Amino acid sequence: MKLQISSRLAIFALLQLAAEPDRQLSVAGIGEKYGISSHHLAKVMHVLARAGLVRSVRGAHGGHQFCGNARRTTLLDVIELYENIGADVFPSVGDRTSEGRALREVLGEIDDIARATLGSITIATMLKLVERRRASGRRT
Amino acid sequence: MKASTAEAVTCALSVRRAAKTDIPQVIALDERVTGLAKSAYWHDAFERFGQRGLHERFFLVAEAAEAEPGPRMLGFIVGEVRVWEFGSEPCGWVLALSVEPRARLHGIGQALFAAISSEFKQAGVGKMRTMVARDNRLHLLFFRSEGMMAGPYIQLEKEID
Ligand SMILES: CC(C)(COP(=O)(O)OP(=O)(O)OC[C@H]1O[C@@H](n2cnc3c(N)ncnc32)[C@H](O)[C@@H]1OP(=O)(O)O)[C@@H](O)C(=O)NCCC(=O)NCCS
Repeated sequence: MKLQISSRLAIFALLQLAAEPDRQLSVAGIGEKYGISSHHLAKVMHVLARAGLVRSVRGAHGGHQFCGNARRTTLLDVIELYENIGADVFPSVGDRTSEGRALREVLGEIDDIARATLGSITIATMLKLVERRRASGRRT
Repeated sequence: MKASTAEAVTCALSVRRAAKTDIPQVIALDERVTGLAKSAYWHDAFERFGQRGLHERFFLVAEAAEAEPGPRMLGFIVGEVRVWEFGSEPCGWVLALSVEPRARLHGIGQALFAAISSEFKQAGVGKMRTMVARDNRLHLLFFRSEGMMAGPYIQLEKEID
């Protein structure tokens, strides 16, 4: 499955900020790690701020700081700020045929699994996963 | 059960093997959580997982210290080691897990999970598995937070014609 770039950036930014909730990071600082323009990331951060997941801190050492609940915010909560996952509500070609309905049923299975997966993984769980990947990277 | 497992507790909680006298409380807790009383099912489950093949079958309960107010049995977990089903290597299956609604988010689920993990390990298996209803958000959030990922099997079903 593929996520839109804004959703990916939002998840990366949140992971970086939630890993050090006391620290403020600038958009440029976050963008550098993933090779993204500050312009695009600033728009992404604006949406996260509106959702109450980050706040911007002014001043010389200003930047963004995590202010959400990492243990209760799921990947699905974040992604849905930017896109609809599996919400294929628009009519599509062949929908009314038996073939179209059968195909919709199969694709619906995949959507349900995707939503259940993304809705069950919190930012805190992701941070544990990142740590495990880091540790296994160190071992190899 | 060994002391190491019983020590997988918070200070006011202990995890131990279920006794026959716990089953009415298991039934009551399960009924509070699912809305269905399944008396025969739990008595049968106790016979299978709490009385036979105890080296690879585990029916554990979490119990509050005596001084704590309210019901003492705060949760249970059931599991067993299964071998070679559909070619799978020996694996510890978690078949049921439930925590008293009023006592949730205090680490009881985690203590039960840690206890059964260490039982599985002592039984010689290095992997554990479970099956969760797609719409059971609490179970999914919990097992994910314990580090469980999707396994290599897909569960399929059909209405029998
Ligand atoms: C799933 C369940 C066993 C968890 O038990 P618990 O004692 O509350 O779990 P813990 O306190 O050990 O929580 C461990 C972690 O699980 C996750 N978790 C548990 N409940 C959560 C919730 N409501 N929201 C988000 N994450 C949650 C968290 O990551 C939590 O860690 P944290 O508190 O540090 O964030 C319990 O909610 C339950 O019994 N649910 C109903 C199960 C059911 O339907 N049973 C019937 C069929 S057998």
